[in-house]
Order: sequence, then C-alpha cells, then structure tokens
Amino acid sequence: MHEEKEGKLYNPYEMEQQEWKKRQVKERGKQLLTIISPIFILLLWEICSRTGVLDIRFFPPPSAIVSTFFELMTSGMLWTHISVSLYRIAAGFLLGVIPGIIIGLLMGLYAPIRHFISPIVMAFMPIPTLALLPIIIILFGIGDFSKVVTIAGSVFFPVVINTVAGVLNIEKVHLDVAKNYGASPSDFFIRIAFPGALPVMLEGIQMGQAIALLTIVAAEMMGATSGIGYLIWTSYKAFMLKEMFVGLILISFFGFLFSLFLRGVQRKIVPWR
Amino acid sequence: MDQSVKISINDLTKVFYKKNNSVTAIQNITLSVEEGEFVCIVGPSGCGKTTLLRILAGLEQPSSGTFYIESDTDFRPLQSMVFQEKGVIPWLTVEENVAFGLNMRHLPKEFVRKQTNYYLKKVGLSKFSKLYPKELSGGMKQRISIARAFANDPEILLMDEPFAALDEQNKFILQEELLSIWSETKKTVIFITHSIDEALLLSDRIVLMSSQPGEIVDQIKVPLPRPRTMEQVRANLEMAEQFIAIWNHLQQEVQKSRK
Repeated sequence: MHEEKEGKLYNPYEMEQQEWKKRQVKERGKQLLTIISPIFILLLWEICSRTGVLDIRFFPPPSAIVSTFFELMTSGMLWTHISVSLYRIAAGFLLGVIPGIIIGLLMGLYAPIRHFISPIVMAFMPIPTLALLPIIIILFGIGDFSKVVTIAGSVFFPVVINTVAGVLNIEKVHLDVAKNYGASPSDFFIRIAFPGALPVMLEGIQMGQAIALLTIVAAEMMGATSGIGYLIWTSYKAFMLKEMFVGLILISFFGFLFSLFLRGVQRKIVPWR
Repeated sequence: MDQSVKISINDLTKVFYKKNNSVTAIQNITLSVEEGEFVCIVGPSGCGKTTLLRILAGLEQPSSGTFYIESDTDFRPLQSMVFQEKGVIPWLTVEENVAFGLNMRHLPKEFVRKQTNYYLKKVGLSKFSKLYPKELSGGMKQRISIARAFANDPEILLMDEPFAALDEQNKFILQEELLSIWSETKKTVIFITHSIDEALLLSDRIVLMSSQPGEIVDQIKVPLPRPRTMEQVRANLEMAEQFIAIWNHLQQEVQKSRK
C-alpha cells in the first residue's frame, strides 16, 4: 500500500531504506570522530606552540618533532633504541606470559596448588617491579637481561590472576561433560581448561602488554645505556625536548600497535565468542 | 532377578551435609531397569532426581548403597549423559562436540569420523558441522547433546531434563526425533523430567518420586504401543487418566513440601 504523505509518495520499504541510510551515515560519523580526535589535538598543539600560547621550549610543535624523528632515523641512532626496546619488551613479555599461563592454569585446576601459591602472588603483586629494580640490577647486572626480568615480573601478575579467574569461570557443566565422557587429565587440560580460560586469560595478556610498555620506559631510565626510555631520560636531562617527545610518541604508537595486534589475535583464536 | 536386567540400583542414599544441617536428597532408592527399557523419573523439583542421575553418571558419590550397570564388552563406555541446556561446549564446533566422547576415548580417526557423520545426519546437523554452537538455536544445541551421547555408543543413556529449556513446539519435535533414534538403537534410557506429558510419550515405565527425602513412591507402566506420537498420547483416554493420577500425586508432593 502506498500512502500519500506531505504530497510525496511513500512506501514502507523506501522508508526503511532511508532510515537504514541515515543510520549508516551516523555510524560513519562516529568513525570519523575517532580519527579526528587525535588529529585535532595535534593541530591544537601545533597552533598553540606556534602562536606562543604554549612555551615552545617545553612544547615544541608536532611538525618540529616529526622532523626531529626523521633526523634521528637517518642518523640510525633511533633505530638502535627502538630495536633494543622492542627486543626487551618481546622477551620480557614472553618470559612473563608463558609461566603466567602455566602457573595460572595449575592454580585454577588444582585447589591445593591454588591455596599454596595464592598468598605468594598476593604478597608480591602490590610491590611495583620497578621498586625491585635495584635488587634486579644487583642480581642480573645492567644489561638487557635485567630489563627483560623487570618486564616479565610486571607482566606475570595480571596474566596469572586472569588465567586463574578464567579457569574458575568455566561453567561447571562443561567440567561435568568432560568427566562424564572420560577425559584424561591431559585431554582435560588441552580441550577444556585451556580453551575455557582463554577469553579471560587474553584480557590479562592485554593488560600485561600495557604494563610492559610502562615498565620498559621506567626501567630504561635507570641503569640502561640504550632503549626508548634511555632516549627519553637523557634527552630530558640534556634539555633536548624534541628528542624526548619523539620517544614519548613512539611509546604511545607502539602501545596502540600492540593493542590492535592483540585484539586481532584474540579474534583469531577465540572464534567461538 | 530377571535375566535381562541392565541397571540395578540397590538402596541408594545421598545426604548433603553442610554446617550442622543435612539434606537427604535421595533415600533408599531401589530400582532395576531392563535391557532396552525407557524409564522416565518424574517428581517435583528438588526431589533429588538429578542427584540420582548424577550418581549413575559418576559425577557424585552415593552416601550409601550400590548400583550396577550390566556390560558384556570392554569396548563400550558404561554410560553417557545428555545434559540440561548448557551441556554443549562452546569452543568446540558442532562436529567436535558430537565426536567429543569418541575423541576422549582416542578411537581411530576414521571410525570417529564415520560415527560422527552418521549421528550428525540423524539429528539433521550435517550442514552445520563446522559452526560453533553460538550460531545455533537452543533446539539445535540439544540435538548436538543427543548426538554426542548416541555417537559414544554407551551401555546406557542418562538424560537430565534435556528439553526443559525449549519452547513447546521444539520440544515436541525433539521428543519425536529422540524416539526415532532410540527405536533404532534400543538403548536402555533413564530420562529425568518434570513434564508428565513428556514421560507418557517417551517411556515404557514412569517412576514417581517424592520430595525430600526423594523416595520412589510409585511405578506406572505405559502400555501404549510404539511408535508413538504426541497426538496419540493426547487422544488416548487411558493416558488422560494416567496424566491426572500422576498430576494428583505431584500436587500432593508439592503441597507437602510447602508445609
């Protein structure tokens, strides 16, 4: 049925189609806002420091930071800092995540292990790994390995806690199914406990990733001779603030990149959600 | 005792004890089920029927008493359970869910594939074999559960209100599908339900339980010839009388437990 409305001919399909188009436009608008917001901040910064609203000595305009970035890149120095930091993050991340998952699964599955290890985890968790840095340096020196250990130490806790929570959150009926159908301990571990805990575990890994970046910068500020944190700290002390900002923006960029990467991994390995 | 007794339950009692307070879930349950018999256990909610089933399924230890499931081969598992609505494992595909029991027994791949495909086809899920359960409706998920239990080819099947969460139409469809698969395999089944209609349609014998402590109070043979349909059960006068008799019993039990 066609209806006459305000002199125009409408039918329900066209109406709905137009509604749908409006919704699409709105969605696109939201996406646009997400892209605009960082650009807006950078522009505002640029204008403010060029017009003298911000002190150019403390807040060099983004365009100047970009050109410093390219200078540092061509001199090859920046590349060394980046690769050193990335290596430390990757190694520290793995060294924290893998034991975190294994110990977390064991704690989740076996109550005696859980009750034995929980207090130890609880006691160590509130101590910032950075506060332990002096001890770590005494134990492992000022080389790469002490940074790797520091990162591993801070990544470990969110992973362990989320893995335990992940196992304990598995629906009881799934455990019953495994038992009723005669799953062996190893099958149970691989087919039920690990995949069942995976979604919550991955959230812990996401958190661990963010903490790894926080930690690397601080760890490289003390007792290091290279890395992005070292770059930030020495540039600051030499009052080379453009170089310092390059370091800060790099950290922010890698944080963003890792988050995107992990979210992609999540979608790939948890397809049942 | 009869030659063809498949399950014998002797004086089974289960008490749950909690902080000076104990609840007798089931008390002195003695029951024998014949080979190929379809038995429905009906009782008010909280009467311990699920506890009884979980004991038979090896998920709960009885406080006292014994049970025995007759088996003449080492190959078959003793029992497989069809769980209530959430029994399908979400991180396994439809196919992997149906193959779950077989894979846990580490049977040859080719055999597992054949057996799985056969039962996927039986429950009409062949097209969906590679999907994850989240993409399927409640009725389809219960089909997975049923296929998984039958594919495992156990001595007996235990079913814990498998259709309780389904809507009425789906329930009728699945009940008839279950009967058709069952009539092929002639497995011994213990089926728990609180629906009288369901019990009358499915079973050879209905075991009525009282609540707290859960005891067997009556057993009713359902003489209706098979294959049965819901229409026949509904149209049969004798069945209507049975329905009322069972309902009266349940009502009394519910009233009693309220006091």
